Amino acid sequence: MDEIVKDFLIESRENLDRLDQELVKLESAPSSKDLLASIFRTIHTIKGSCGFLGFSHLEKVAHAGESLLSKLRDGELTLNAEITSGLLAMVDAVRTMLARIQESEQDGEDDYPALIAHLAELQHNGGHGKKAEAQASGAGGDTLSAPDAPISELPAKEANSPDAEVTTPDPSKIGGVLLEKGLVRPEDLAKALELQELGRHKLGEILIEQGTAKPEDVAAAQQTVQTRNPEAAAETIRVGVNLLDRLMNLVGELVLARNQLLQFSNNTQDAGFQTVSQRMNLIATELQEEVMKTRMQPIGNVWNKFPRTVRDLALNCGKDVRLEMEGQNTELDRTIIEAIKDPLTHLVRNCVDHGIEVPEARKQVGKTAGGLVKLRAFHEGGQVNIEITDDGAGLNAERIRQKAIERGLVSAQQAARLSDRDTFNMIFLPGFSTAEKVTKVSGRGVGMDVVKTNVEKIGGTVDVQSTAGKGTTVKVKIPLTLAIIPALMVTSCRERFAIPQVSLLELVRLEANDANKVIEMVHGAPVHRLRGRLLPLVYLARELHLVSSGADSKAMDRPTNIVVVQADGREFGLVVDEITDTEEIVVKPMGKQLKGISAYSGATIMGDGRVALILDILGLAQRAKVISESRESTLAEKERTLRERNDSGVDRQTLLLVECGETGRMAIPLALVARLEEFPASAVEMAGSQEVTQYRGEIIPLLRLSRFLAPQSRDTSPEGSQPPVQVVVYSENGRSVGLIVDRILDIIDDNLVLQNPAERRGIVGSSIIQKRVTDLLDIPTIVREVMPAFEKAPQAKAQEQA
Amino acid sequence: MSVSQQFCTFCLDGHVFGTPVPKVQEVIQHQEMTRVPLAPDVVSGLINLRGQIVTAIDLRRRLGLPERAAGQLPMNVVVRTSDGAVSLLVDEIGDVIEVEEDTLEAPPETLQGFAREVVRGVYKLSGRLLLALDIDRVVDLQDLAKSEANGEF
Repeated sequence: MDEIVKDFLIESRENLDRLDQELVKLESAPSSKDLLASIFRTIHTIKGSCGFLGFSHLEKVAHAGESLLSKLRDGELTLNAEITSGLLAMVDAVRTMLARIQESEQDGEDDYPALIAHLAELQHNGGHGKKAEAQASGAGGDTLSAPDAPISELPAKEANSPDAEVTTPDPSKIGGVLLEKGLVRPEDLAKALELQELGRHKLGEILIEQGTAKPEDVAAAQQTVQTRNPEAAAETIRVGVNLLDRLMNLVGELVLARNQLLQFSNNTQDAGFQTVSQRMNLIATELQEEVMKTRMQPIGNVWNKFPRTVRDLALNCGKDVRLEMEGQNTELDRTIIEAIKDPLTHLVRNCVDHGIEVPEARKQVGKTAGGLVKLRAFHEGGQVNIEITDDGAGLNAERIRQKAIERGLVSAQQAARLSDRDTFNMIFLPGFSTAEKVTKVSGRGVGMDVVKTNVEKIGGTVDVQSTAGKGTTVKVKIPLTLAIIPALMVTSCRERFAIPQVSLLELVRLEANDANKVIEMVHGAPVHRLRGRLLPLVYLARELHLVSSGADSKAMDRPTNIVVVQADGREFGLVVDEITDTEEIVVKPMGKQLKGISAYSGATIMGDGRVALILDILGLAQRAKVISESRESTLAEKERTLRERNDSGVDRQTLLLVECGETGRMAIPLALVARLEEFPASAVEMAGSQEVTQYRGEIIPLLRLSRFLAPQSRDTSPEGSQPPVQVVVYSENGRSVGLIVDRILDIIDDNLVLQNPAERRGIVGSSIIQKRVTDLLDIPTIVREVMPAFEKAPQAKAQEQA
Repeated sequence: MSVSQQFCTFCLDGHVFGTPVPKVQEVIQHQEMTRVPLAPDVVSGLINLRGQIVTAIDLRRRLGLPERAAGQLPMNVVVRTSDGAVSLLVDEIGDVIEVEEDTLEAPPETLQGFAREVVRGVYKLSGRLLLALDIDRVVDLQDLAKSEANGEF
């Protein structure tokens, strides 16, 4: 293919993308002369190039669009949705033809008579002035004498004077700048513009010739124009992506060589050499940054297409949707940009199709008829955050639960226990869609799980939040680049490995003396109690067959380093010998010979020039059977923890820790505790066989917990002895009882996970609290058992509270 | 008049092996390697070849020859393959020699095992034999990967 045709294709495609956006923008600001002028210019350029290259069909279509645009520009027509659709259809037709040219170097046989006729018709609608109509009817023909002749003759001068006949001169052009600053009178400018149309001079030159503007003012205006139109001033060239990748590789090499040089220079006394290597250091660092930048692209490059997508889709669904974008300039590596393009498009389409309601429905609930879809991108913590928000109906947790049950993804009981947040995230499960009807756009249930998979593939995460009636927000977090990632360097059996930071949760170091105590075995599987939860442990050395199983048990005299990582929502601890440092590493692919090993995601070259392997945490987890069948197990796991929580009836809650004689530490949910009191021993009186005390003008029964829990044991504090008694006051239905404990220890806030439901009476189960086994007391049952009389209130009510 | 070809030769356990010169990218001294746990035995490790990560395959192991004596450092013959550069570890590097195509003979029937699959033929040189290697076959570890995977899971 001709270079010139190739260039034409690339350029036209970019122009068309811009057209899409501008047309949609124009719809909301139909009177913007700047936009119109820009759109007009773009179409005009395409038309001009077609004529030159001999693509006559394409030229005709572009011409028809141009004629219509000229009407708009001249104010003879006002833009409406129909005209916009017509123009967009024209853009699509041009795009199709460009694709055809790419394939066959011909613009095809189809000359789009219907489209051209439609465009001509649009020109008539509301058009006044016979001349314009006559021209419009000729639009399908060969006449190229469009009313924009002055421009078509002056394509090279577009930057200076394309919209000569626009009444308000464009402030980004030289005339506009001069006018704005009052350096030229409007009538002089108009005259100069007229002259420019006749001759082929630059506007500035004419003004100087005419003596209506000073040369220095013109020069200054020229400057202003250049700063206002950076794209006109900046020189850009197209560079192949391969070249950039190679450049990136070489810079990586240079950085390594630099590192070696620095090590070397530190060992020499030669001041001159040290200065040179310092300089070299700075240059290499800067070079690396700049080369990295060449691969970065603003996320706006992907978002560009969305205004059009949203508009078309909204029209299709009979909705009115506005798209707002924030942070278009947030930069990402181009490989990532490629990877998130489809997922983002899908999310945006979903917002319009499912999220935003039809105007009538919106009005009914007191919202504006037009919906809003908002895209927001920003950098945070070395990651790029993208939020897609709509102000639509929000997700219906109940319907999702039902759907999940219908699809057999969860059982009815499981569904009932799912929190709203977990429920919402079920929309990412394969084969899930709650759309009432399957539309052309979405609702086939193939989308959201693909979105999740694709985002996770590049080390990102997706989360969805929703408020019924208010809208939905999908949050996507992705790394800045895939080429260079932060990683934690660890060693195992003197081999170095990199663990990508994204998988990392925390680091735990167990001192040599403790290690034996806190690594326990569950049927041969090592676990560690991390804040009360059992964390499965994977020994890296064993997993990678660096040592035979069990050989490292002798290493217990050294501290144990646990890297807590997560893969697919599952946490586990990776036991390594040493944790060295975090570093930015350049990810390099490994040869095909090693592709089959799931434990690595690539390799990198370290500062000393040696190669280190990058661990693939997900692969490693699967290898170590931490996760078996990735997706399902996550849900099952979630379900399991949920059940655990529900069985104990407690989640994160506040507990009162007490000590009772020989039975040790006990916990009481603080919610059941009315007050903590201390009574002098003498305040304990007897009423029959029952110990009582006076409390706030009432007589409340007292109950010695240690005696209840271990009836055979002797009291640690015999009645009548001097020390005051610690009492936990428990109230139920307006009646109180005092529970005597030995000591009140603490009030803590913990994730209570009951490990083994105990059979002992009065105890719900045991849990690890503050690294010690603690029994959770079942106070209502105890009270009822000891003092059946306590229960005066209706049984049902009491149980409910229990 | 017979067609001739240049061969890069190298020694392994006293045998002379060779591959056509265009296949060879470069020959470098022994490099420090990073071993790859879980990889097939024949993979000695990874080397850093000017920023490119290259897999090093121990040709002795690959061909089922006895292990190299301890302390004997191998050389790297970096070959071009369809999947990029791969380094072959050999005992010693030999000369580049010109061989006549008509001295090529099929490997003897008695050549057994994997060696038979990768030795394309034998060139009869004066006083010794040159075994021509099928490089692409040598670096394709698929047969090993499978058995490894089977063993694992």
